[in-house]
Amino acid sequence: MAKLDDPYATLGVPRTATQDEIRKAYRKLARQHHPDLNPGDAVSEAAFKKASAANELLSDAEKRGKFDRGEIDASGQEKATGPSYRDYAQQGAGQRYSRAGAQSGGWNPEDLNDVFGSMFGQGQRRRNMPQRGSDENYTLTCDFLDAINGATPRLTLPDGRSLSVKIPAGTKDGQILRLRGQGAEGLGGGAAGDALITVTIKPHAYFERRGNDIHVTLPVTITEAALGGPVQVPTPQGPVKMKIPAGSDSGTELRLRGRGVPAHGKQDAGNLYAKLSVVIGAPDDALKAFLAEWTPKDPVNPRAAMEDKA
Amino acid sequence: MISIDVLVAEVSGLNRQDLDLWIAQSWVRPDDDAGDLVFQDIDVARIKLILELRGTMEIDDHAMPVVLSLLDQLYDMRRQVQALGTAITETAPDDVQRALAQRLTQQMRGVLH
Repeated sequence: MAKLDDPYATLGVPRTATQDEIRKAYRKLARQHHPDLNPGDAVSEAAFKKASAANELLSDAEKRGKFDRGEIDASGQEKATGPSYRDYAQQGAGQRYSRAGAQSGGWNPEDLNDVFGSMFGQGQRRRNMPQRGSDENYTLTCDFLDAINGATPRLTLPDGRSLSVKIPAGTKDGQILRLRGQGAEGLGGGAAGDALITVTIKPHAYFERRGNDIHVTLPVTITEAALGGPVQVPTPQGPVKMKIPAGSDSGTELRLRGRGVPAHGKQDAGNLYAKLSVVIGAPDDALKAFLAEWTPKDPVNPRAAMEDKA
Repeated sequence: MISIDVLVAEVSGLNRQDLDLWIAQSWVRPDDDAGDLVFQDIDVARIKLILELRGTMEIDDHAMPVVLSLLDQLYDMRRQVQALGTAITETAPDDVQRALAQRLTQQMRGVLH
C-alpha cells in the first residue's frame, strides 16, 4: 500500500496549528490549485485533491482528534466528486457562457489571425511582409424581380465608400456575391481583401420561384375558364398575352416556355407556370336565374373522391 | 434540467436570495421555460463553482464578475484550441501534423531555456 501523505505536511502547517491556521493554509492552496481555475493541469488537480482531503480531515475537530490519536489514517478522506465546472465548460455546453454569446459559432476571422499569426510562430517574421486584407461581410436585401432579371444598385458601405454591385440575373436567396478588392486594405503593400455580400431576396406578392421556374396563380372568370380566350399573364419580364383553352378549370396549369428566370451562366431560361383559379364573385340576377333553371346533362359530384375516402 | 426549487434544495449552502442576485447579474444564465427558470448541468456546476469561489477562496461580490469573465475567456480559448486541434487532425496530412507537433515542442523548449 502506498504511503499516505501526512495531511499536516500537505497543508504545510505544524501539528499544533489552530483551526484558523488550517483554514488559511487550505484557502491559499485552493486559490492556487483549484482545477476549474487550472483546467488541463494534472499537477494542480492532484495538489488540489490532496489539499482538499487534508482539509476535510483536519478542519473537522472530531476527525482531526481521531487522526492525531491514530484511530484513523489519512485514507478514505478523498471524496468522490461529480463532474465539475471545467468538465462542462470545455465541451460544447460551455458555449452557454461564451463571452461572444451563447449563439456565436466560437470562431471569427480575428481569432484565426491571432492563432495562425502568433501561435504558429510566424507572427514576428510575417509582420513586415505584405499581408492580404481580410474579407468583409455584408448583407443586402434585394427585390424579387431585381434578383430574377438582374440589377446594379449603388450601395453605400458603412465606411462611407459607395460602390455599384452587379446582382446577376437569376441570383438565388442566400447567394454570396464577391467584390474583389473591396474588403479591408492590405498591410505592407498586400492586396485588399474582398467584400462578401450575402443577398437576401424579398418574397414577391404573386410570383414564387422554384429553381429556374416561376409559378403564379392566375385568377380567371368563369366565362374565361369555360369558353377559353386570351388573357393577360404577368411575367417577371412584363405582361404577355396567353390563350386559355376552353373547358379549363381551377388548378389547370399552363406553361409559358422561357418566361421564368432568364438564361444565366450555363443555365437555360426557366418556364412560367400559371395555375388557373376560377373566381366567380357575386353572381348577378341573370346568372342566378340561369343556374336555378339549369340541369346539367352529365351531373358531376366534385367531392366524389373525398367521399370515397371518408 | 432542474427547477430553481429543486436546485436550492439540492445544492448545500445555496440560498435563494443569493441565486436570484447571481441570475440578475448574469453570472448564471438559466433557460426561461414559459416564465419558469430551468437549470442545465453546466448551470448547476457553475453555481457550485461560484459557491466555492466565494466560500473557500473568499472572492467577494465585487471581484466575482472579474473572475468569472476571465474564466469564461479561458474556457472560450480552450474550446477554440480543442476545435483547432480537431480541425488539424481531420484535415491536415500526417506529415504536416508531425511537422507542426515538432515545431510546437521546439518552441516550448525555447521558452523553458
